[in-house]
Amino acid sequence: MDLSSINPALLLASLLVASTPILLAALGELVVERSGVLNLGVEGMMITGAICGFVIAVNTENPALGFIAATLGGAALSLVFAALTQLALANQVASGLALTLFGLGLSSLMGQGYVGIKPPPTPKIDFGPLSDLPFIGPVLFSHDLIVYVGLALVSAIWATLKYTRIGLILRAVGENHDAAHALGYKVVRVRVAAILFGGACAGLGGAYISLVRVPQWTDGMTAGTGWIALALVVFASWKAGRVLIGAWLFGGITVLQLNLQAAGVAIPVEYLNMSPYVITILVLVIMSADKTRAPASLGRIFHASD
Amino acid sequence: MLILEKRAEPSKGWTTLSPLLAVVLTMVAGGALFAILGEDPVVAIRTIFWDPLFGEFAFYYRPQLLIKAAPLILIAVGLAIGFRAGIWNIGAEGQYIIGALTGAGVGLAFYPMESALIFPLMVLAGAAGGWAWAMIPAVLKVRFGTNEILVSLMLVYVAEQVLAKMALGLLRNPEGSGFPGSRNLQQYPSAHNAELITGTGMHWGVVAALIAVIFAYIMMTRHILGYQIRLTGEAPRAARFAGVNPARIVLLCLGISGALAGLAGMFEVTGPSGQVSIDFNVGYGFTAIIVAFLGRLHPVGILFAGLLMALTYIGGEIAQLNLSLPAAAVQMFQGMLLFFLLAVDLFSNYRVRFRRLEAA
Repeated sequence: MDLSSINPALLLASLLVASTPILLAALGELVVERSGVLNLGVEGMMITGAICGFVIAVNTENPALGFIAATLGGAALSLVFAALTQLALANQVASGLALTLFGLGLSSLMGQGYVGIKPPPTPKIDFGPLSDLPFIGPVLFSHDLIVYVGLALVSAIWATLKYTRIGLILRAVGENHDAAHALGYKVVRVRVAAILFGGACAGLGGAYISLVRVPQWTDGMTAGTGWIALALVVFASWKAGRVLIGAWLFGGITVLQLNLQAAGVAIPVEYLNMSPYVITILVLVIMSADKTRAPASLGRIFHASD
Repeated sequence: MLILEKRAEPSKGWTTLSPLLAVVLTMVAGGALFAILGEDPVVAIRTIFWDPLFGEFAFYYRPQLLIKAAPLILIAVGLAIGFRAGIWNIGAEGQYIIGALTGAGVGLAFYPMESALIFPLMVLAGAAGGWAWAMIPAVLKVRFGTNEILVSLMLVYVAEQVLAKMALGLLRNPEGSGFPGSRNLQQYPSAHNAELITGTGMHWGVVAALIAVIFAYIMMTRHILGYQIRLTGEAPRAARFAGVNPARIVLLCLGISGALAGLAGMFEVTGPSGQVSIDFNVGYGFTAIIVAFLGRLHPVGILFAGLLMALTYIGGEIAQLNLSLPAAAVQMFQGMLLFFLLAVDLFSNYRVRFRRLEAA
């Protein structure tokens, strides 16, 4: 066992990369839940985004187009969820599960023939001399655009929810849909928009796994990341800033356990592999003491005549 | 314009009709999907839904129907009880794995001793394993208010790692020349869940599934517990005023569904599958969620839904062989079925009416 082989700067840099998919998916779900909708289909939308992005990126040899396709793919799948829950007034838990099961099947069907192919590399942004700074350079200025998109989204969502009219309407719809409806806000329209945004974010996060993080296609490769993202929203008490902290925490655990595996620590691989899930459960237990912050209308069906 | 009017009570007619309608819609949409994939939709649909029962090789596929339906029904019956109470155990796959491990573990501990007591002990161990795994989300929910959906799901991934560890370590066949996987339980008579009537696919798991259906039916319709479970799901506040202990319902629902999923895993590992291997689980725990909804969360409905879903599994295998359709197509098919079912359910809960817009 050689722990000195773990380089802290590289560890932090890969932490940022590892936390990006989960950060994007959790931010999307945060907006969805703040509008009062519980979409359990994050995993399905992520894996759909992962394969859409992969297929397009491989065929066009352009990762940027891949990421755009992933965003659209995730949003398209979330549209099914929106139709079920907002138009057909179906149970949100069941619809979300259906979305995940469907997405896993769809992605594996679309991914036939893409196993073992390498996607075109996603270019890193050139920061010039900034990248050469000791320690800070590799940690902060050595990444691709999506990492920074994720970080920018955190502040954008935080500011939108806190300071803008759109944010206020979104929160009103999520806290009390009947009151929002009485005030003349289009509850269903706001929620459909939020669901689409959530799908787009999840799709982007999924594509980041298949195009950058791994980068290749295997069936079910998101391996529960979508579910961890859902847990993260609870952990963050529905606050954008805390989602970032949570994503870094989980990214850190993932990177650390991979590094420990590589360094040959005398803990069986299986125990290291299960650690992110076990820690998610522990965090959920700690955070669930505080239930007051959940949007009051979360998961409730809105029907205008009620 | 079209408006939706909430029904005071779900329509009985639509509740029965909507699964059938959903199946038809899925066939149509699935046919369109196969057409896009370049297959003749009629042939594909016939291969999946007709050939397993009445095709040329039906004698081979019919027994498979019971083998595949048994775990689905067993798990779905348990899940449906929880779903009725608004308790969402979606980690049945994990409980299935752990049940298989504990069941097989007890059997392998006695190897090569032969006794009629070994198999019943394994059945108990399987149920206890699944129960214990489901108790984790249950206790956390009762004690800390933790979301059972996320915890039970996370535990699936943990269970998969435990399975890998066991297949490579503790339960590995010492005479297996280093290959992962346990001894083959089919070659250990005391622990083998053999076919009860040759050529039918009938094994102890099928018997257990039928018993579970009957017991669940009696409990949900005739017993005070069933009433309390339904009340908790439909009106949690009223249930508390009526003196129903919510913690008890959580422990009970997750316990039952966990034990049944554990049993399903145990019967599978000792019978059709035969050994503990890394990729022993094939997603029955997740498909059972669809089965539970398709069966209207009703034990008898689940019986039929389980058989139908088993049919799509077998039909999918035939389609894989004959039409080289990918296995994932069936998984997507099943997801689609749940979509349509949820959409069609609109008509059981709401009445669609035409109404002229009136001047405000």
